[in-house]
Amino acid sequence: MSIDVTTIRKDFPVLQRQINGKPLVYLDSANTSQKPNAVIEAMAAFMRTGYAPINRSSYQLAAEADTLYEGARQLVAKFINAPKASEIIFTKNATEALNLVIMSWGRANLRRGDVVLLTHMEHHANIVPWHMLVAERGIELRWVPLTADGQLDMSDLDTLLQDTKVFSFTAMSNVLGAISPVATLCAAAHKAGAIAIIDACQSVPHQATDVQAWGADFVAFSSHKMCGPSGLGMLWGREKLLEAMPPFLGGGNMISDVRLDGFTTACLPAKFEAGTPPIAEVVGLGAAVEYLQKIGMNNVRQHEIDLSSYVLNLLNSRFGDDITIHGPTNTEHRGATFSFAFRGIHPHDLSQVLDQQNVCVRAGHHCAKPLMRIIGANATVRASFYLYSTQSDADALADALDSASDIF
Amino acid sequence: MAGLEDLYREIILDHYRTPRNRGELDPPAAHADGHNPLCGDEIRVFVIVEDGIVTDVRFNGSGCSISQSSASMMTTAVKGKPIADVRKVVRRFKHMMTLSDETDTTPVDESLNLGDLEALQGVVKFPVRIKCATLGWNTLIDALDSITQP
Repeated sequence: MSIDVTTIRKDFPVLQRQINGKPLVYLDSANTSQKPNAVIEAMAAFMRTGYAPINRSSYQLAAEADTLYEGARQLVAKFINAPKASEIIFTKNATEALNLVIMSWGRANLRRGDVVLLTHMEHHANIVPWHMLVAERGIELRWVPLTADGQLDMSDLDTLLQDTKVFSFTAMSNVLGAISPVATLCAAAHKAGAIAIIDACQSVPHQATDVQAWGADFVAFSSHKMCGPSGLGMLWGREKLLEAMPPFLGGGNMISDVRLDGFTTACLPAKFEAGTPPIAEVVGLGAAVEYLQKIGMNNVRQHEIDLSSYVLNLLNSRFGDDITIHGPTNTEHRGATFSFAFRGIHPHDLSQVLDQQNVCVRAGHHCAKPLMRIIGANATVRASFYLYSTQSDADALADALDSASDIF
Repeated sequence: MAGLEDLYREIILDHYRTPRNRGELDPPAAHADGHNPLCGDEIRVFVIVEDGIVTDVRFNGSGCSISQSSASMMTTAVKGKPIADVRKVVRRFKHMMTLSDETDTTPVDESLNLGDLEALQGVVKFPVRIKCATLGWNTLIDALDSITQP
């Protein structure tokens, strides 16, 4: 067994909750993950006995807070095998991290007519800021299409990459669960003279990450999807690229000097961390990283591969043609995130029925409207599993789906 | 927790399976578009006004059972009524959905009989679905406003 999920579940207090006498079946981890006691206690203890400003004050309490804060940064750097902790920027979420690199690197390096390559499976956070740059400075967007089973269609990649400045793509689709061959794609981007910006929100929490082995230039991910608190995101970037970029937000902490006639920036990472950061949240993220490291990300991945096999087998054999599960069928090529159509029932109605059984899923466009149009749906139901999810959760999902036919 | 039988009453499912007044109207009919970003529902409401009367109304689009059945019931409730009465019904319906429009200080006529629409009362026990129920109605108002306030 890859992980002892029974023991792990005891670490997550919310999973002990019952609603109307029925256990909670939380299948929305792709949206946001639940928090283990280690994270809750780390934040509570910090706020109870150690809360202080960071980077600003010189008293004992503040020095301790600095150590915890920068300690968390070191832990994150090690977690993704970043060369230096100073290459990790804390933001308020991954969306802000993507906006930071797109706007800051983009405005300094992209001119009218420059081409940026995206994919059809991107999240809005990796589409909308690019559209804003199209409007602002006339860049052009190209798109990598998808294969029939929801993976990136690489057959024309070299042509699409010609003359591009940026190739930005998701490491794992939040809708299809499809895993991208990140290292291959980064190498292809560099061969074409482009930088590679990765949206790793769905992959960092679910498998081992090595940004150096990837050969990426920028990687965005979020705390709240990896058992850490919300209100915190991360951007890793190559030191040389970050140093050459203009600042994103202006204010305190990111400056070296401010005069009446101008300012100079601080060095990394402070240059991109304006204002008071989410201090307690960073402390919580440090605890989350330690929690996941102890379990082992390869073990988490194996657990989800096993669970994916179970889920696909269960839903397909039980429902046959009544269910259409989008994304790859090969569990090596996908994470444990399943978007599907079921018996022609509208996703919102379906999720309502599932809610009656305490099965928590997401219904909607999952912030991927272009992808929705391509797969031919306005919305889908999405069930997403994580390290605390079980086969019983999958069984409960299947039973709840069946009950929808009582009404529809 | 409220049971689903409060939400999915027979008449609602009837209007969902057999929507009334589904379709389009050609110009000079006015139309407006609405969507519910939470669940991806999209609706287009067409309306023809002649001598201050809503002589025809249709709706098109895709959505959940609540949004579609509510839109269907809406069309039967407002067809043939003068604009002022239509707006009264809309206010009354939104009041039933426990929504208040701070910009509209006209009192709600609580004596107004909503007929079949009463079936949607269960929606308020499921607050997330209120936006589904009111989608068609808000879009109807937009369509009417586009005629009366060009």
